[in-house]
Amino acid sequence: MNKIPNRKAICDTLMEHAKTDKNIVALCSDSRGSASMTPFFDEYPEQSVEVGIAEQNLVSISAGMAHVGKKPYCFSPACFISTRSYEQAKVDVAYSNTNVKLIGISGGISYGELGMSHHSAQDIAAMSAIPNMRVYLPSDRFQTKKLIEALLKDEKPAYVRVGRNPVEDIYSEDNIPFEMDKATVFKYGEDNKKKVVIVACGEMVSEANKVAKELSEKGIAVTVLDMYCLKPFDSNTLVREIQDVDVVISIEEHAPFGGLGANVASVVSANKPCQVVQMALPDDHVITGKSKEVFNYYKLNAEGIVENVWKKDIL
Amino acid sequence: MEKSRRKELETLSLDLRKDVVDMIMKSGGGHIGGDFSVMETLVTLYFEQMNISPEKKDDPNRDYFILSKGHSVESYYAVLAKKGFFPREEVINTFSKFGSKFIGHPNNELDGIEMNSGSLGHGLPVSVGIALGCKKDGRKNRTYVVMGDGELAEGSVWEGFMAAGHYKLNNLCAVVDRNKLQISGTTEEVMTHENLHEQVESFGWNVIEANGNSIEEMNNAFEEAKKVTDKPTCIIANTIKGFGGGEVMENKASWHHHVPNEEEYKMIMKAIDERKEAISNE
Repeated sequence: MNKIPNRKAICDTLMEHAKTDKNIVALCSDSRGSASMTPFFDEYPEQSVEVGIAEQNLVSISAGMAHVGKKPYCFSPACFISTRSYEQAKVDVAYSNTNVKLIGISGGISYGELGMSHHSAQDIAAMSAIPNMRVYLPSDRFQTKKLIEALLKDEKPAYVRVGRNPVEDIYSEDNIPFEMDKATVFKYGEDNKKKVVIVACGEMVSEANKVAKELSEKGIAVTVLDMYCLKPFDSNTLVREIQDVDVVISIEEHAPFGGLGANVASVVSANKPCQVVQMALPDDHVITGKSKEVFNYYKLNAEGIVENVWKKDIL
Repeated sequence: MEKSRRKELETLSLDLRKDVVDMIMKSGGGHIGGDFSVMETLVTLYFEQMNISPEKKDDPNRDYFILSKGHSVESYYAVLAKKGFFPREEVINTFSKFGSKFIGHPNNELDGIEMNSGSLGHGLPVSVGIALGCKKDGRKNRTYVVMGDGELAEGSVWEGFMAAGHYKLNNLCAVVDRNKLQISGTTEEVMTHENLHEQVESFGWNVIEANGNSIEEMNNAFEEAKKVTDKPTCIIANTIKGFGGGEVMENKASWHHHVPNEEEYKMIMKAIDERKEAISNE
């Protein structure tokens, strides 16, 4: 099992590039430890800014720095950066079109034990609703590195959510089929007659891949889409992959509104209607527990996907 | 400042108020009271203090300006048009009209406008980022931000004060347009700032008080601020809301967002002309 969380992959990637690009700056709201950004702050103090526990200030200062040519990476727990400083993200980043990359760490229910105040099950919906804001949920450390490298090359606003814990590797050093704003496609049992598409993002991609092989051996062709790009949403790949499928399953660490599932349902219904099963966190206070325990409770896991496929009685 | 220069800028401030009134009359809306209180601050900055012009709009060493009290955009547009950033007639004729780029709050798609504003409490933190970024690059320029006094109730303003003091941003100068009125009444009734000077000072700032409707006093305050080497400066610009428009609109909260009728329009124009004549006869 991989021990490197995606947040650490962000720090490593930024450190690698900050050596030569002195305009890269990291800003934290007393969150450098949680963000795994302590090594960056230690090695590049001149490219680091601490703003204290003040997320609104964090985002506005980042926007100001971007306006004078800096490339700010702005770190705070996803629950705070996505909603406490929502207006700053809307006005100072998206509306003013500043090159700020908002990094929501410990996203979703990473802080499962800490209560709803520390959960970010609304961030995809909130951030996606802002014009000129892009939204990304990378699945593993390799994809996270590729994503950050791509973001370093552009000058547009973006929100990236990563979880707190290490995620199982999906890709490898030698095999990272990454294309910016395009879902990555995995295919299992292509010759089988019954067909299922599973669309996942973030930590849920590894769960989808786990079951895909098992289902393919039982006669179901499974396509998994790693839809790390929530906005712009890769509708083209989804539409291409849903031809002749029996059921589409979406699975996400997010509330059932305005996230991956809502996007999937909207694209599927407009293009090639078929049954869509949406797997998400409930519209309720999430039960207390470690994130794995919480995922298991709501069956946001491999087992839950299999159950849903069986329920649809497509065999 | 030479007397002739002072008189020239005072007269300009009054002429630009006429442009503001024209914009508001043509569009049928605008924040006239705050436009009039802040005019001398803008004119002193743009025509005497700041290193900025249409040719330098992308120069990294230009001085930066953020209008945090974005609702005073009419006076800002009037000043920028006079400075040559866009045609005066275009802004007067299209302000707030359907499809216009001259939106009712600053729009950074227009030349000369650095950042969008309108939601109060954003300008100071954004300016902290600008000043901090420039300082890290060793640039010798300055960053100016103008806030309203009603705006100071926004908590994010104080996050900005805190960070600027912490980082000793002596290249940052904030102006509070202290006209003591906001839409619901006096600032002291709505949310008091009786000890504003001490409050800001306690955040590690140099604080200067000046008559914000005096070109000379504002210019002196900006000069004094430049000499400070270890902290940011906040100028509390004591102003009169509606200043220059005469008795009909001066010091009246109801003129925060009021469109003059024909009779009021004439009274305002007459008051402006009388003041201009007094300056000319000085």
